[in-house]
Amino acid sequence: MTAPASLAERVLGGEQGMIARALTQVERRAPGTDAMLAELHRHAGRAHVIGVTGPPGSGKSTLVTAMAQEYRRAGRSVGIIAVDPSSVFTGGAILGDRIRMSTLSGDPGVFIRSLATRGALGGLARAALDAVTVLDAAGWDVVVLETVGVGQAETDVISGAQSVAVVSVPGLGDSVQAIKAGLLEIADVHVVNKSDRDGAHRTVSELRDMLRLAKRQPGQWNVPVEQTVADRGSGVTALIERFDEHLRWMERNGERERRARRAAGTRIRWAAEELVRDWLRPGTPAFDEAVTQVAEKHDDPATAARRLIGWT
Amino acid sequence: MAPVQKETVAEPIRVMLAKIGLDGHDRGVKVVARTLRDAGMEVIYTGLHRKPDQVIEAAVQEDVDVLGVSLLSGAHMPIFTRLFEVLADLPEPHRFVVVAGGVMPDEDELELKRMGVAGVLGQDTAPETIVEEIRALVHSRAPRS
Repeated sequence: MTAPASLAERVLGGEQGMIARALTQVERRAPGTDAMLAELHRHAGRAHVIGVTGPPGSGKSTLVTAMAQEYRRAGRSVGIIAVDPSSVFTGGAILGDRIRMSTLSGDPGVFIRSLATRGALGGLARAALDAVTVLDAAGWDVVVLETVGVGQAETDVISGAQSVAVVSVPGLGDSVQAIKAGLLEIADVHVVNKSDRDGAHRTVSELRDMLRLAKRQPGQWNVPVEQTVADRGSGVTALIERFDEHLRWMERNGERERRARRAAGTRIRWAAEELVRDWLRPGTPAFDEAVTQVAEKHDDPATAARRLIGWT
Repeated sequence: MAPVQKETVAEPIRVMLAKIGLDGHDRGVKVVARTLRDAGMEVIYTGLHRKPDQVIEAAVQEDVDVLGVSLLSGAHMPIFTRLFEVLADLPEPHRFVVVAGGVMPDEDELELKRMGVAGVLGQDTAPETIVEEIRALVHSRAPRS
């Protein structure tokens, strides 16, 4: 058995196998995970965390691969967390992102990990951000979080990124409509991938129109619309530059710190929710007692809840 | 197919399925991937035409419990030899078991097991047997550290 503290040390030392094991611990919330993360948290915060999201088929994995190659050319190391949906019926999953990322193999400056969206509510987002902490602390310059842009859990994941790219493609019907709900607001950069296809210009101008409608404060980040053809690598250099600009902009006006505070708040809330959920379950004597009290009308749910978490 | 008992959601078995070398047939391995997924496992498929060192690197990064290599090309002996050479060169001992699947003659099975292959599942293996074998191999292995 590896003691959690020494596992953290070995992660900090950049041992690939140990980083992989730490990520497994984080996914499974194995005993000792909190202690390990506490250690790693102190060393995290240097990486540029980039979220890439978009509808299925928009070419996210291919784009992430091209981005990673571009970062590698610039001498920066890249950790990738690819979030794939699990089957809600069996909890099983087929994680396929690695297929599209195979050109990255054999480079110790690239680390790819697939994360399955387990059934547990909020669990995925938390695991994903903890995984980012692991890769960040282990010294990766850039950490990319890739996720399908559907559902609350995925949007939560993306909220942990510093720069968010929302990927769309021409010709997916009303593609802009598809990404409108909830995703438009969180984009720092819009990417129209596969933009060698018909309709690319239309998609770009639709996005620009929509961005124009959004009210912008003076000094606010001007969300760019970038065109890429990820499988040929075209437009990717410009995209990487845009991420760097966004990072510099965040650093200049305090946005990086604001986002770090926001992410910290979210993560504290998740951790607290999990603690409470773990405690408030059948089999815990205090909980069972409260259930009896409420069921027999000696107490009401809200008062019982407050008493259980020690607020009264 | 008989219903197979599901893995617990808390700790699904993680399996990497790989195709190595020139063998371009992956219908079988995709069926196995779906079978294992439906049994509640997490399956990472590498895609076709991988090299042994690519597959080992991916299996280490994904921290899988099982590495399943599917081979129909008849090149299993040299490929597994190379695979175990790469494994022996890892800076840390790996914790996954290696399983071979596909078409391999009985006489090679013994040799593969001598190399370190934990199980050989031929092309005729029933889906439920594959699930059971994988579970048995993972549970007989030392617990996760």
